[in-house]
Amino acid sequence: MVPEGAARESREHRGQASQGQRRHGRVWVTHLALTTAVLLVSAPLLFALIKATQVSSDVISPKLLPGGAFFQNLSGVWQGANLGRYMLNSTVVAVCVTLGKTVLALLAALAFVYFRFPLKGAAFVVVLLSLMLPTEVLIIALFDLVSQDLKWANTYAAIIVPFLASATGTFLFRQHFLNIPSSLADAARIDGCGPLRYLTRILIPMSWNTIGALAVIQFVYAWDQYIWPLVIMQQDDKQVVQVGLRKLIEVGGQTDWGAVMAGAVITMLPPLIVFTALQKQFSRGFGLTEDK
Amino acid sequence: MLNPGRARRSAATEQNAVFRGAGLPWVFLLPSLLILAVFIYLPALQTLRLAAYRANVILGTEQFVGLANFTELLLSPAYRQVALQTLVFTVLTVSLGLLSALGLAWLASRPIRGAQTYRLLLIYPYALSPAIAGTLWLFLFNPEIGVVNQILGSLFDVRPRWLDTPLLAFGLVTLAAIWKGLAYNIVFYLASIQNLPGDVLEAAEIDGATPAQAFWRVAFPLLTPITFFLVFTNIIAALFDSFALTDILTRGGPYSGNAGATTFLVYQLYQDGFVNFKTGVAAAQAALMLALVAFITWMQFRVGERRVHYGA
Repeated sequence: MVPEGAARESREHRGQASQGQRRHGRVWVTHLALTTAVLLVSAPLLFALIKATQVSSDVISPKLLPGGAFFQNLSGVWQGANLGRYMLNSTVVAVCVTLGKTVLALLAALAFVYFRFPLKGAAFVVVLLSLMLPTEVLIIALFDLVSQDLKWANTYAAIIVPFLASATGTFLFRQHFLNIPSSLADAARIDGCGPLRYLTRILIPMSWNTIGALAVIQFVYAWDQYIWPLVIMQQDDKQVVQVGLRKLIEVGGQTDWGAVMAGAVITMLPPLIVFTALQKQFSRGFGLTEDK
Repeated sequence: MLNPGRARRSAATEQNAVFRGAGLPWVFLLPSLLILAVFIYLPALQTLRLAAYRANVILGTEQFVGLANFTELLLSPAYRQVALQTLVFTVLTVSLGLLSALGLAWLASRPIRGAQTYRLLLIYPYALSPAIAGTLWLFLFNPEIGVVNQILGSLFDVRPRWLDTPLLAFGLVTLAAIWKGLAYNIVFYLASIQNLPGDVLEAAEIDGATPAQAFWRVAFPLLTPITFFLVFTNIIAALFDSFALTDILTRGGPYSGNAGATTFLVYQLYQDGFVNFKTGVAAAQAALMLALVAFITWMQFRVGERRVHYGA
């Protein structure tokens, strides 16, 4: 045991010495590879940022220096191509979907974790199986239902209500609640606290990380919606910004690319803001960092 | 490893069920179940029904045709080409996308100076939507004023018509889809690499494993669960999220053989359902896609139980 350990130790030392040299040689290769990769990955974004600031004569030239025309470009599409309206619509929709999904998922998880009732397993399967049915697959019948039967075409309800249930949210909240000691719920019940009060006073304050992490995913998902608003919204003043981008490109035949790039940059901002604001909750909620 | 966990979980489920009331849980579940029933399950059944009709949603006409829509689709050279294109596109985006994400996440997890900055710069394109990705690439690869052709033109005097040449357009959409998915995949790989048992990797290095060996023989097998998860989420993304990208970038074109070279399954469904108003045929396509998603999910569970190395 002792000689073995000693042998291992000395091998370790030799290993470290030669490894040190090798590692030094490798480090700059790693830096080079990463810098190249970051530049390649960011190139389309950097290019969009630069072109969004140039005056229209520079936009179509190979010039790659930022100009000072960002707000001029932006105001062109903000009013001229309805971008302001699209942004407002998308914000309303994304906020409502995120809030609604969170509330409904919290209530569903409350039922699944803190109650014993018949058909619980079946109800859970019904919720989870909905993950297998993406909007794209349902779109033909959904269009029929929402536009013909409910007469919701061109209303916010058409792009909010169908998306309010969340299998992912229910599943994640359920997992989170199961990790909270049951003695807490027991004590609350004995003290005469009902399930709803337990949810609002105890569970929600203990779940901010999970709520935040989910909010990021759900906001980005709702913000990025494309095919459903494209088919159900025929009136321009209710359209969302992702579909609006397509209209910015088409405006008047001759695309004003500087303005389109300014529009694309603005469209990226809300998810970035939400992501930055909830970054800590996002990492903790998904266990991406060690302190949970 | 799985079964004790499951048993523990179900015991915990029972332990937690402290509140009484038979109707109350259903009251809490009602909003979710109602939305799912009306906007998910009802349309799913309705899709299956419509697939058996020659129908037009706009005109409100319907005529029962049995399986005719399916035979029409499966015999149509155009639909077969679209299915094949979707397969090639999916295989390429998933394999190349995951390989590059894994490579970059691995490099950005090395203990080097500035690793945090590299990671951040690789992650932030997550805020991009498929529609924005399409818009940016449309401008980048514009034949006259796009920066790519301006560079290629001045260096090599070539200005390819990217979006009018079938093979180039297909390659471009594939590359754009890989680029769009990169940040998402890197986030998951970074998290998993950081959670790898450090002592195992250290032991490999001490025993004289080259970096390549340490990566392929030690780290890669330990990353199988996350790779496996990402393969399936990426297949679903390639099938469905590619719609906005192709709608803005190529509109499914350019035409080649029997269909547009970048027309994939969802784009074809949209075309038939909302441009050509062949509702029944579109519903049949949706039913086929439903079967595809069910098959993929089934594979996920089947392969997952057998093959995935979950570690100790």
